[in-house]
Amino acid sequence: MTEMPYAVEMKDIVIRFPGVLANDHVNFTLKQGEIHALLGENGAGKSTLMNVLAGLYKQTSGTIKIYGEPVNFHSPKDAIARGIGMVHQHFMLVPTQTVTENILLGLNEPRFFMRLAEYDQKILALQEQFGLRVDPTAKIWQLSVGEQQRVEILKTLYRGARILIMDEPTAVLAPQEIEELMGTMRAMVDQGKSIIFISHKLHEVTAVADRITVLRKGKVTAEGRSMEGLTKEDLARLMVGRGVVFTVEKTPQTPGDVVLSVKDVEAVNDKGVPALRKLSLEVRAGEILGIAAIAGNGQSELAEVITGLRPCSGSIKINGQEVSNRPPSAAIKQGVSHVPEDRTGVGSAPNMTITENTIMKCYRQAPIGNGWSINFTNARQRARELKDAYDILAPGVRTMARKLSGGNLQKVILAREISSQPQLMVAVQPTRGLDVGAIEAIQKLLLAQREAGTAVLLISEELEEILALSDRIAVISEGRIMGILDADQADVHEIGLMMTGTAVH
Amino acid sequence: MPYKLQFEKRVEDIPKWLPAATSLGSVVIAFIVSGIILKLIGGEPLRVAKFFYEATFGSWATFSDTMVKATPLILVGLACTIAFKMKLWNIGAEGQFYMGAFFASTVVLVPLVPLDSPKVVVIGAMALMGLIGGAVWGFFPGYLKARFNLNEIITTLMLNYIAVFWNNFWIFDRWSDAGFQMTPVFEKSAWLPRITDYAREYGDFIAAGGPLANFLSSIGLDRISGMTLHGGVAFGVVAAVIVWWMLARSSWGYEIKLIGDNPKAARYAGLNITRNIVLVMMVSGALAGLAGMAEISGVVHRLQERISPGYGFTGIIVAWLAKLNPFAVIIVSILFGALIVAGREIQPSGLSQLLQGIILFMVISSDVLLRYKIRLVRSQAVTEAA
Repeated sequence: MTEMPYAVEMKDIVIRFPGVLANDHVNFTLKQGEIHALLGENGAGKSTLMNVLAGLYKQTSGTIKIYGEPVNFHSPKDAIARGIGMVHQHFMLVPTQTVTENILLGLNEPRFFMRLAEYDQKILALQEQFGLRVDPTAKIWQLSVGEQQRVEILKTLYRGARILIMDEPTAVLAPQEIEELMGTMRAMVDQGKSIIFISHKLHEVTAVADRITVLRKGKVTAEGRSMEGLTKEDLARLMVGRGVVFTVEKTPQTPGDVVLSVKDVEAVNDKGVPALRKLSLEVRAGEILGIAAIAGNGQSELAEVITGLRPCSGSIKINGQEVSNRPPSAAIKQGVSHVPEDRTGVGSAPNMTITENTIMKCYRQAPIGNGWSINFTNARQRARELKDAYDILAPGVRTMARKLSGGNLQKVILAREISSQPQLMVAVQPTRGLDVGAIEAIQKLLLAQREAGTAVLLISEELEEILALSDRIAVISEGRIMGILDADQADVHEIGLMMTGTAVH
Repeated sequence: MPYKLQFEKRVEDIPKWLPAATSLGSVVIAFIVSGIILKLIGGEPLRVAKFFYEATFGSWATFSDTMVKATPLILVGLACTIAFKMKLWNIGAEGQFYMGAFFASTVVLVPLVPLDSPKVVVIGAMALMGLIGGAVWGFFPGYLKARFNLNEIITTLMLNYIAVFWNNFWIFDRWSDAGFQMTPVFEKSAWLPRITDYAREYGDFIAAGGPLANFLSSIGLDRISGMTLHGGVAFGVVAAVIVWWMLARSSWGYEIKLIGDNPKAARYAGLNITRNIVLVMMVSGALAGLAGMAEISGVVHRLQERISPGYGFTGIIVAWLAKLNPFAVIIVSILFGALIVAGREIQPSGLSQLLQGIILFMVISSDVLLRYKIRLVRSQAVTEAA
């Protein structure tokens, strides 16, 4: 037989964790030179399966063949030696080191002298080949999430990966960045790489994948099917086992008074570079103002200046009260709630319980506290109510935040932020990295806030989400407002152009 | 090998009793390991163990000695507990201890209150000054950390030396007792009451008989003369209760834990981190300072060189071994107090330091049991088809 062997052939893979069957006799094949999407909800076992392929875990039973040869990985090193590279969902980079240093980390080169300039050139050449632009001398902490991801991809390519596992690579990217990434993926496939693309974003899967394998609760529901004739609805059904409604119900509503008024605000980012330039906008009670922007164009900084986490010049008023350059507690007092971009790093305390995480902003107020002491009986009672009301899946309210899945952690944060009955809600990337079910739930919560008369500032890199939820859309590029449109008259291409800095009107 | 150990990450919440059980288990194992080492070098572990027990817990008198050593450890252990909860690495309890002792001494040596005042006034003033002295010594590194983000490990460590030499200056130069490196003995009014001080009345009480007296003599407590346990231990126990309440129930304790767990989340939630860093360092320093006051007022009765055989550093270990639980700090302090006492009695004295080291090592490694489940599995099971 001279038939080309599969790049990856995983057969009857069973992965058992204590009390959990993460993968139940899963078959998976990757053809050479294809993009194969691995689809499934959070907790369906996608990452686990791929961690086995990358040598991070060991399967309980089952066999793996790479280019037709049976393999038995004992560590990630073995997998790398076979040309398997994994781009993790959570980046594994050293923030204080440069791009080049991070790429070289763990390699045996340079051997003695750190001739970094030389390696910068090599890495630039590699960037050229696959269209992955990022300054090799920049430090990781200075980079946007999208740029950091490119470093992760470069890392695997530099190590000579032929099979790339990309664990939800688009979760952190802006539309244009996603398109760029897809271009890169195509370029890599054209040059002989094979790619496994883990995702739960259906439109991306339909756009880029050649074949697809769907997992649900550890079992395969579609094995290596060609994408032809598969619609988004079919995929969703395979994934969640029921039909999912893609359009959100939004009742027409007349907005009330101006709650948030931002005027001529300027601020610099962490690198000291201007991030906001004379930016002005208003959000009224009972409306959702969506901010559409490519990652790193000032939207994160905008959320931070409003919530008091970043200094700025200009004026920010909430119900007429100036809050700019005041500590975060000033904004909280004015009724600003904040769903932060980084839910694990900023929005929650990992080693504290659900109860302790829900009282973060109200531990001094009755009935939780009296300013001196905290009534934990009341706090737990309230946490239990929130857990039920927001459908948070956890063994109990004493569960540590770090043990929650992304969707459930986000629900804890939303429960805390909504229960304070805010005047203004600043929601940054509220659904990033969540599965279809959780996204639906969180979008509904945001709309309920709008109906309750809260002013909502929604910052998202999911253009679809912005279009679906917003009443008005402000497009930002390089810290400037390119235009503010009514959502029902907005045109995706027009917004795309404005996001890249082209003024349309 | 047909079998191998398999480490599985714990997914579920750990049972509440497990941390205590592993700590206790590690201490037991540390004793066994030390016994084996002793045996290997030709010693007699059982005899040493018996001697160790007799020298520390064997009688009420020796137990009193153990508690005397445990007293400063409790206070310093609590000082470290509070700071470590916020992930502030206060390595400066030793210096804060010395400054507490120095400030407390000024009450007697300046003097700040008339020394013929009632005991409660003099002791009260000394305790207050001890707290202040430690707090001042905690304020500097706290402020530098909060304002300029200076690493508190370095500053607190350096301030230890300054405190020791500051003390030396006063005891060598200004307050020297006839040229010796110590101040004159304090007036009796500045002595924390010791059990032995009540020996005469107690003797009368026992002689008079009655149910309580009979009970006390039946458990061997018919004589208390020579028992040097002093009032400082009450400071320790009261402080433990307060620290526990503060950390477990108060708003401030919640803030400390939140900042310790995730400072970014704390800032996002509107907490004042700068102020809390300074406050926590001051409270931590104050507790260590109180330990210094208790030591000079309860034990040495003068300010002199080497009033601490490294209590400030042992307190760090105590806090860790107690897993930052204020009540466990008391128990661990008693164990370490016993080790200090035994170190005086057993030759070579390094033996008890060896034991200290092994205990620390065991407790730290026992953490793996809290994070992983370990089970014995057949090694071929991995490749077997299910």
